[in-house]
Amino acid sequence: MKIEDILKKRIMVLDGAMGTMIQKHILTEADFRGERFKDHKFPLKGNNDLLSITRPDIIKDIHRQYFEAGADIAETNTFSGTTVAQSDYHLEDIVYELNFQSARIAKEVADEFTKREPNKPRFVAGALGPTNKTASLSPDVNNPGYRAITFDQLKEAFKLQAKGLIDGGVDLLLFETIIDTLNAKAALFAAQELFEEIGKAIPIMVSGTITDASGRTLSGQTTEAFLISVSHVPLLSIGLNCALGAKALRPYLQVLNEQAPFFVSAYPNAGLPNEFGQYDQGPKEMSDQIEEFLQEGLVNIIGGCCGTTPDHIKVIASLAAKYKPREVTVNA
Amino acid sequence: MPDHFLRLSGLEAVTVTPASNFINIGERTNVTGSAKFLKLIKEDKFDEALTVALDQVRGGAQVIDVNMDEGMLDSEAAMVKFLNLMASEPEISRIPVMVDSSKWNVIEAGLKCLQGKSIVNSISLKGGEEEFIRQAKLVKRYGAATVVMAFDEHGQADTYQKRIDICKRAYDILTRQLKFLPQDIIFDPNIFPVATGIDEHRNYALDFFKAAKWIRANLPHAHVSGGVSNVSFSFRGNQLVREAMHSVFLYHAIQHGMDMGIVNPTMLAVYDEIPKDLLERVEDVILNRREDATERLLELAETVKGSAKKKEQDDEWRKGTVEERLTHSLVKGVIDFIEADIEEVRHKYDKPLHVIEGPLMAGMNVVGDLFGAGKMFLPQVVKSARVMKKAVAYLTPYLEEEKRRSGQVGKPAAKILMATVKGDVHDIGKNIVGVVLACNNYDVVDLGVMVPPEKIIEAAKREKVDIIGLSGLITPSLDEMVHVAKEMQHEGMDLPLMIGGATTSRIHTAVKIDPVYDGPVIHVLDASRSVPVASEFINQETRGDFKIRVKQEYVKLRQDHESRQLEKNYIPLAVARKNKVAIDWDKFQPTDPAFLGKKVFLNYPLNEIRKYIDWTPFFQTWMLFGRYPDIFKDAKVGEEARKLFADAQKMLDKIVAGKELQANGAVAFFPAQGTDSDDVILYKDKGLKSELTTLHFLRQQNKKAQNLPNFCLADFIAPASTGKTDYIGMFAVTTGGNIEKLIARYKAQQDDYQEIMVKSLADRLAEAFAELMHEKVRKELWGYAKNENLPMDEVIKEKYQGIRPAPGYPACPDHTEKKTIFDLLEAEKETGIILTESFAMYPASSVSGYYFSNAESKYFGLGKIERDQVKEYAVRKGKSIMEIEKWLSPNLSYDI
Repeated sequence: MKIEDILKKRIMVLDGAMGTMIQKHILTEADFRGERFKDHKFPLKGNNDLLSITRPDIIKDIHRQYFEAGADIAETNTFSGTTVAQSDYHLEDIVYELNFQSARIAKEVADEFTKREPNKPRFVAGALGPTNKTASLSPDVNNPGYRAITFDQLKEAFKLQAKGLIDGGVDLLLFETIIDTLNAKAALFAAQELFEEIGKAIPIMVSGTITDASGRTLSGQTTEAFLISVSHVPLLSIGLNCALGAKALRPYLQVLNEQAPFFVSAYPNAGLPNEFGQYDQGPKEMSDQIEEFLQEGLVNIIGGCCGTTPDHIKVIASLAAKYKPREVTVNA
Repeated sequence: MPDHFLRLSGLEAVTVTPASNFINIGERTNVTGSAKFLKLIKEDKFDEALTVALDQVRGGAQVIDVNMDEGMLDSEAAMVKFLNLMASEPEISRIPVMVDSSKWNVIEAGLKCLQGKSIVNSISLKGGEEEFIRQAKLVKRYGAATVVMAFDEHGQADTYQKRIDICKRAYDILTRQLKFLPQDIIFDPNIFPVATGIDEHRNYALDFFKAAKWIRANLPHAHVSGGVSNVSFSFRGNQLVREAMHSVFLYHAIQHGMDMGIVNPTMLAVYDEIPKDLLERVEDVILNRREDATERLLELAETVKGSAKKKEQDDEWRKGTVEERLTHSLVKGVIDFIEADIEEVRHKYDKPLHVIEGPLMAGMNVVGDLFGAGKMFLPQVVKSARVMKKAVAYLTPYLEEEKRRSGQVGKPAAKILMATVKGDVHDIGKNIVGVVLACNNYDVVDLGVMVPPEKIIEAAKREKVDIIGLSGLITPSLDEMVHVAKEMQHEGMDLPLMIGGATTSRIHTAVKIDPVYDGPVIHVLDASRSVPVASEFINQETRGDFKIRVKQEYVKLRQDHESRQLEKNYIPLAVARKNKVAIDWDKFQPTDPAFLGKKVFLNYPLNEIRKYIDWTPFFQTWMLFGRYPDIFKDAKVGEEARKLFADAQKMLDKIVAGKELQANGAVAFFPAQGTDSDDVILYKDKGLKSELTTLHFLRQQNKKAQNLPNFCLADFIAPASTGKTDYIGMFAVTTGGNIEKLIARYKAQQDDYQEIMVKSLADRLAEAFAELMHEKVRKELWGYAKNENLPMDEVIKEKYQGIRPAPGYPACPDHTEKKTIFDLLEAEKETGIILTESFAMYPASSVSGYYFSNAESKYFGLGKIERDQVKEYAVRKGKSIMEIEKWLSPNLSYDI
């Protein structure tokens, strides 16, 4: 069944946080290195994406837990899977393989579940994070015209990542946690170029991040401006994730609900981080807030970002089943 | 809704709907059209060039055209550099950009710099269909709209027929072959000069109008634009005529369907204001109405030569009525003319009171409305209040005299009593609320800080106030507020009670304060909410309903709270202790501090300290939200933040130069050992023979996810079982010495703005001093990180080894432990910081805490604890359970 058809019928559930789940295993430098990278000259601890190669058991288990909890879509463990982000670990060379493997193992688990429950097919979304550099903001206050990265560099990096993900078997591409819309535009450019080259296109999801109560992305755009800036591509969905908890996200989802000619997604954090950077919103509290926008019919896809766990997703999934999806009107 | 609107974006959205009338495209940032701009770019004066862009935005441009096509320029590099710089100016980048070049490579380079949906200017069939399609496809892929010039392989269209033929052909290719959205197509059917003296040119404007009309009727959803100033090219040098021509051309073009245009808004006459004779002759030319139209216009032009519209002078506002000037001064916070204006207006009104109730209040209402609508920001409002105060101060002697003469008193405004509760010294937030309320015509009775309940009640009765507002920052103040409410209940009062301050919350107000007081109680989140809340309470008609509504809401909150309490999972203290932080003590090598016991620093240089300031919280204090320095780029508050920052720097310079604040601090280190019961024992000697005192810590008791420990600060000190001598440090620093003098100075000047400024700066300096001292401790005094070499921003982000938690804060919320630190440091004597009965430090700009050096040590929040720990903790501290519960009430998992 095509995902577009399912989305017309019901609210689909995206999985929860990967990082939060990985942190629950206290992993050492050796876990991250595995046999393969034991002689790598630079520290690798914290490179979560690498675990898809060195500890696939852990990653597969996390996917399994989320599917078990009721998720329809799993995100691959590739948030930092670009040459740009991997350069921190001097692992630019393995980016294609890393994405390919991440996609492959997620797809394996998804297929396992689809086989078991054919009436609830599971999907894999290739996750493409924002990278750690911004194309429209200067990192140097004294030199506002400076850019740490160019559009073309980003485009090439995203293209390579997307290729690995698609070859590895993902069903969708998900450009997420977008803090600078120009990065996202480079990513969308890359995807379109790649689709043309390989003669095949898969649905694209885009998810931006509102960074504070001013209601803007880090690069300063309002939700509406952000939507307009990425609407040149026929997206499967547009949405918001991370940064804010469910409650604070609501006014911006209303904007998307009113304006977006695509399906709308939301996967908030488990509340705001406390002053120690931990998320302490429990499943109940979070889903109470989420229920508000399900009631209002604001979304088509719902899930969790930082701090969420299978417990959260389980509650969210049972809620999602109770409500009708948002109706989409497409601009001609 | 399905529609066909052209949607563009910079930082904000621009949607072109039939109702938007006409979209102005700013044209001055164009090297081909502006000699000034070209000169700036050539001389690499990009900063100044940016002000040209800014003028366009302020002049009303809704899209900004950027063009760098000049033979002597590296156009591509100049385009990229200028667009990148523009992106860092939120006031400019708010609007969409039109990337204007005849070279495709320049356009493409420009598109790669723009996050919003821009407009390409332009593509055309000039180079044939293949190239046109290639470029259009890329425009689409970059997510832009595009201008299509009426230009093809044979040249530029200059007749009506050629214009519509080329536009139709381009439209069909774009919409059919490329699925280009029709609303993203903007046709430029060529605006050419008229009145050139050449006969063929006479119909140019009319043909343009006709083509525009045809396009809008026959090419659905496409738009029509053009460069308007071209039309008046023959009258270069005669601004007056040119402005009239632009205006007339636009007037007719818009009626024919042109809905966008490259226009210099500052070079446009108002159609209705064009002198009749000039209008007639210009229309003759534009509409080709007479054979001799050109000659007649030239004739007139000779006589009307001269300066066109001048820019509005900055002091234009001084020409308004005195009431308008007062409003202007209040809204803009201009203090320079207020006394002169009041003197003038005083003679206009019967009584001085009428000046306040009339023009001044009217001005403050404008301020209040703008603030309420989010169009003014707090620092501006505080400046308005400063002007108001000055005005009232000037009137006061006349008011007194009037009162004496007539024996009459004016209608009193609603009165609000404000107080920081007993034991607490923090009042920046309270003062801000006071200013905001005063701006909204409330009479604020401010009792200051550390106000005991009996004084609050006595003053409330004496002053016949309408509302009481309580404020506090430290956690013990929460309890004190409950106490005040109980006392008010006891006195049989039912005045509305507003609760505010950093640690207060809706849930605490609902669960703890509301049940003990029958009058209305409400938590007020920040200064901006204080006004609507107060007005609900004051309004005779709404107050009853409002009270019932709030009471009901709080009952619901209490019920939810109770049901949540049942859900939470806690583990017994003994179990939590087994899950302590696992530290490999075998490998642990303690570092001996450079000295044991204390060391005192008096009059520490303020210019050293200021380098360590973390500015983000400073802006939070002023209710401008965003991270420093990015906040300066924020489209909404950026400008205010920059102004506030400049004022702050000015005051800091003054404080530093005049040594107006005194920075004192004390630091001490002691040998220490952890125990099995979450205590840390301090010793007088390295050999751990002679005990000095004991520090008591608390442990997290919430059920943890797999592999996460139940933290306690004591875990970070080597326990006795290791046989090693570990150390702990402690400190108290203040930058509030002499602050009373400064505050008194600003109070005397009625200057709330500077008063709040000095307090908020002293707070930042205190935090900065703590940061500086911590670095000194790490590198030198304790010296466990001698080789640390972090840039300042990393230091401010606390990316170093070790922590400095403070009693009363999340990791160790028991404020009473501060006493131990103060005793060991003899801090009152050495630094002048005093502890109040609630263990707040006075001056408020003070920081104290412990130093932990262990590499594993980190901050955490204690969260809620259970009865078993409270009981044991009481025994360890030798206090009653009741007393412990009082101090730890925000941290109890159960209700007392």
